[in-house]
Amino acid sequence: MHTAAGSQARLPIRSDMDLVWVRQHVRQAAAQIGFGLVDQTKLVTAASELARNTLIYGGGGTMETEPLTDGGARGLRLTFADEGPGIADLEQALSDGFTSGEGLGLGLGGARRLVHEFAIDSAPGAGTMVRVTSWVGRPPRPREES
Amino acid sequence: MPEQAHGTAGSPTLEIRDFLRRRREQIAQRWADEPLFRAVFTVSRDEAVEAGKAVVDALAQVADAERVEDPDAAGFTAVREQLARMAAARSRAGLSSAQVSAELAALRPPVENLLLEDLPDAPAEQVRACAGTLGVLMGTLRVVVTQTALSEGQALIDRQRLQLLEVATPVIKLWDGVVAVPLIGTLDSARSQVVMETLLESIVEQQARFAILDITGVPTVDSLVAQHLMKTVAAARLMGAECIVSGIRPAIAQTMVHLGLDLGNVVTRASLADALGYVLHELGVGIVTPGAKGAVTR
Ligand SMILES: Nc1ncnc2c1ncn2[C@@H]1O[C@H](COP(=O)(O)OP(=O)(O)O)[C@@H](O)[C@H]1O
Ligand SMILES: [Mg+2]
Repeated sequence: MHTAAGSQARLPIRSDMDLVWVRQHVRQAAAQIGFGLVDQTKLVTAASELARNTLIYGGGGTMETEPLTDGGARGLRLTFADEGPGIADLEQALSDGFTSGEGLGLGLGGARRLVHEFAIDSAPGAGTMVRVTSWVGRPPRPREES
Repeated sequence: MPEQAHGTAGSPTLEIRDFLRRRREQIAQRWADEPLFRAVFTVSRDEAVEAGKAVVDALAQVADAERVEDPDAAGFTAVREQLARMAAARSRAGLSSAQVSAELAALRPPVENLLLEDLPDAPAEQVRACAGTLGVLMGTLRVVVTQTALSEGQALIDRQRLQLLEVATPVIKLWDGVVAVPLIGTLDSARSQVVMETLLESIVEQQARFAILDITGVPTVDSLVAQHLMKTVAAARLMGAECIVSGIRPAIAQTMVHLGLDLGNVVTRASLADALGYVLHELGVGIVTPGAKGAVTR
């Protein structure tokens, strides 16, 4: 798997305004890579959820975008990282409806359903890293996987 | 304040401090003739000289604290606002930030010339050290102005954004007892709050029974946006109005399903026109389509 040349980027997530940039950046990158409107919207929405978590629960951090090619397939990988308190119970955090704040508790689980690949790495005191990848033209993954 | 022309045994930084205090008047006089001061203080030259003196004092204080490289040095506090106003006046006059920066840079040579006048017999080493320190200090002054101008710019953007919040949420009366808000752009928390308040106010004012929230212009509906929408719907209900959400585009509808978002028992319609049709039907209003044979109730 190679990283396509160019358009790799790293954006700060420190304020509400940064969330706007994150969404715009992901939408542009996704469109450039060739994602259709529905898939762009899914990826942007997943990014919006994860970036907001980075801001609210992680106390701020960054998003990295990386265009990918794998054989003929093209994809986009987004990595959200913060150095916040981390997540003690990942299964609970991923379950629909769980929130430790005032949200709907759909961000993590929903983001996972909106992308092809989803990885989360977190431990109490060690920050949180969420990495999602989607591929152009690939059908949504089966529901039971999530 | 030392009265001798030069040559105390201090460090270059303290030399510069003494030089600035000693030459305060002359520096300010020369600055008053530079474009930056001349263009800002057009009414009287004395004003320009006074402003120049304030900047010299600030620089001397910063040198005194030996913080010549620190744009956050306390000495700058007193002149920060004045400098910001000067920079702002120049950009209003149409100068780019690079041009403003060049005008600031032009303040250095006159000071440097005065410094060299004061050190005619000093060893080359000392002259170089003093000129170097002065250069650093003047560079820091430029950083201070740039920083301040930037934060001024940010404040301006914030103000404009607030104004946009207000103008971007018009509540439109569509029919007796029917109001609509076309939502456009990012529905962040601040915006949502304004939307909700404006809508509730007009529900009361118009004694509206129906309120249509049209989200055609909202690019992303994530869980926070959905939460805000549902809160607004619930609040409107408490005021006795039923909400209809219209303009959910197909891509957004699909995404909402994957996300697990469910607007519950909120009535949704594809377009604002469909929503109005639904409302009129609920109100028992018949619509006569011109050219059609009779009244059509949608
Ligand atoms: N970056 C993060 N750092 C720490 N905790 C997190 C982070 N992201 C998510 N969480 C935890 O996971 C929970 C669920 O997140 P999410 O599904 O997005 O729902 P919500 O944002 O509505 O709370 C959060 O309430 C929070 O406790
Ligand atoms: Mg969340």
